[in-house]
Amino acid sequence: MGVDLRPTRQRPRPAATTRPAGATERARWRSRIDRLDVKASPYLYIAPFYLVFAVFGLFPLGYTLWVSLHDWELIGKGPFIGLANYAQLLGDPYFWNSILNTIGIFVVATVPQLVLALMLANALNRWLRLPTFFRMGVLLPMVTSVAAVAIVFGQLYARDFGMINWLLGLVGAENVDWRGSKWASWIAISTMVDWRWTGYNTLIYLAAMQAIPRDLYEAAAIDGASRRRQLWQITVPMIRPTIIFTVIISTIGGLQLFTEPVLFERSGHMAGGTLRQFQTVTMFMFENAFRDHDYGYGAAIAWMIFCLILIASLVNFLIIRRLGGTK
Amino acid sequence: MRTYLRRGRKRAVGVLLVAGVLAAAACSGGGGSGGGGEAGGKITLTIDTFGTFGYEELYKQYEASHPNIDIRPRNIVRLEDYLPRLEQYLATGSGAGDVVALEEGIINRLLAQPDAFVNLLDHGAGELEGNFLSWKWQAGMTPDGKLIGLGTDIGAMGMVYRKDLFEKAGLPTDREKVGQLWTTWDDFIETGKKFEAANVDAKFVDSATNVYNTILWQEAGKASNYTYFDTNNNLVIDTNPAVKTAWDTSVEMAQAGLSAELRTFDDPWISGFRRDSFATVAAPAWMLGQIQEFAGEEKAGLWDVTTVPGGGGVWGGSWLAVPAQSEHPAEAAELAKFLTNPQGQIAAFKARTNYPSSPQAIEDPAVQNFKNEYFSNAPVGEIFGESAKGLRPVYLAPDNQPVRERVEEALRAVEAGDLSSDAGWQRAVRDAQSEAG
Repeated sequence: MGVDLRPTRQRPRPAATTRPAGATERARWRSRIDRLDVKASPYLYIAPFYLVFAVFGLFPLGYTLWVSLHDWELIGKGPFIGLANYAQLLGDPYFWNSILNTIGIFVVATVPQLVLALMLANALNRWLRLPTFFRMGVLLPMVTSVAAVAIVFGQLYARDFGMINWLLGLVGAENVDWRGSKWASWIAISTMVDWRWTGYNTLIYLAAMQAIPRDLYEAAAIDGASRRRQLWQITVPMIRPTIIFTVIISTIGGLQLFTEPVLFERSGHMAGGTLRQFQTVTMFMFENAFRDHDYGYGAAIAWMIFCLILIASLVNFLIIRRLGGTK
Repeated sequence: MRTYLRRGRKRAVGVLLVAGVLAAAACSGGGGSGGGGEAGGKITLTIDTFGTFGYEELYKQYEASHPNIDIRPRNIVRLEDYLPRLEQYLATGSGAGDVVALEEGIINRLLAQPDAFVNLLDHGAGELEGNFLSWKWQAGMTPDGKLIGLGTDIGAMGMVYRKDLFEKAGLPTDREKVGQLWTTWDDFIETGKKFEAANVDAKFVDSATNVYNTILWQEAGKASNYTYFDTNNNLVIDTNPAVKTAWDTSVEMAQAGLSAELRTFDDPWISGFRRDSFATVAAPAWMLGQIQEFAGEEKAGLWDVTTVPGGGGVWGGSWLAVPAQSEHPAEAAELAKFLTNPQGQIAAFKARTNYPSSPQAIEDPAVQNFKNEYFSNAPVGEIFGESAKGLRPVYLAPDNQPVRERVEEALRAVEAGDLSSDAGWQRAVRDAQSEAG
């Protein structure tokens, strides 16, 4: 249902016979403009977005494909080499390493993040004192700049004088070299991502939860369902489309993870640690394209990332269809 | 031809964009002033440097004697950040300073694009040849005889050390005696073990990579005169004994637990100078100015300089060049000539211990007798002069810098105990091959 706001197509026309000829002519002319307005204007209104998208989205996409088919270095375009860049990429162990890191960090970051967001939203959905304060509070990390977050966390996770290692030292643990091993660096980067995004997902869940009719809970309460049971059997099924939405958004964000690991690395080498412990696939692209100036290879990596996101989105879509979450 | 066409198209796009922005600005009623190099009849010259060049006083002098010139210095601390930016400026034809500093690892890359730079011989630099050590002069020259870089400093090597930490460890503190502790790198490692055994709350050296690079330059200077690539630009990392010697010695040092395992120019390394994280740093002359800044006033007089183990050698050193994209090439060339003349080099040496590449400056008593107040009045002119004497220039291939970064990463992994020496070496060689391939 919705209100039709479009201009009416048929205006009540004045009877031509009672008007002079000039007025008829004017009226016909006006109606033609009206019709043009009705037909063309909507396209004009949306045109700016598509123009900008064509210039900054579509063109680079196509141009990147073109570059990826060449041996293209700093000095300019080299010979056309077909799919050789892609063939080399599939045999490059550092590429697969970066994929593994990306997926690893994605899983380590996203699963606890969404679970935590769900719990937080569930808590905020209850009656609280100062509800607005708490609801806006979870969003605060969102407004801190990602660079500031990464710099602060980078220092918290410093090897020699970092606060986390100091706290671990209090309970007698050895200093952890947070950039030295895969798991340590994945966990450190995941906490940065979660710090920023948990609140965002919490609010989205909260909004969805508030749309659930209260009488469902009342009926469940009368039937003797516990809070926990209400959460899993009413709340979660009712907000399933929202959960799927957050999973998709997190997947796309996770596959493009860049700023946090780069600032965590600090050296700007884009290698993600001495042994590429936390080099994500976008860092791998940046390293090849903009540090080594191997643009052809970098463009091929960019297209592989694009394909990866397509595949991930497709998998998501199929899961949604199976779950019937589109309702 | 192709490049030209592409640049033409890019410029056209740029013009369109600028026109659009200007139109928008005009609509909103604001008349923006056109930017560019001239403001109030003055010419602004931008100079891009990395690390420290010690030019601050010279800029003031030059502006005083050239009232029409305004100097705008831009500085990036780390060379690794500087090079990619400079390469992009040059590739896109805009953004570079009017004068740019080129380090020895950079200039060899850029000699391959002589058109990107002004031939300084066209600006009367030819008569200055006698102002530079001959190899330094030659290294600024393209194969077809264009001069693109005027030499600034050479990275004569010394060892800086913390007197107070040495004293705590029961080691001598007098710079003569400290120098005698380590005529060879094996002596240095032995001294380090004594230092560690004394349980001072600091590591003996800052990093394995600094030691590694120092040894590599020394060994290469003694024998082949090249490092990862031979003079025909073939990758010889796995056959050049200089590389392996440097690797093995620095790994031995790291595995003896002497290193603070810091990444040079990373924040913990920089703050390590204040936090007493390490007692020695193998430092080329140009690093002394940076150490002084990092360690700050409160550590003045605690640092000292002595000779480096293994004899003389040179690491680093730079040139000044004028990119062809400069709008004021003549004025920029004049500035470069001024900064690199013997008097300029002496001033830079006094300010930041960048050791001169001009024989007149090296012979000048102002350099030879110069004592660095910050480093306990160490006679740095004498110490670095000694190191520079035995020097033979080392050839660096265009791809030296990326290969060097890969090898250093592998060395750091070994240093941190994440890889064995053999596995690290294999990784370094493999990465170097893919980088050079």
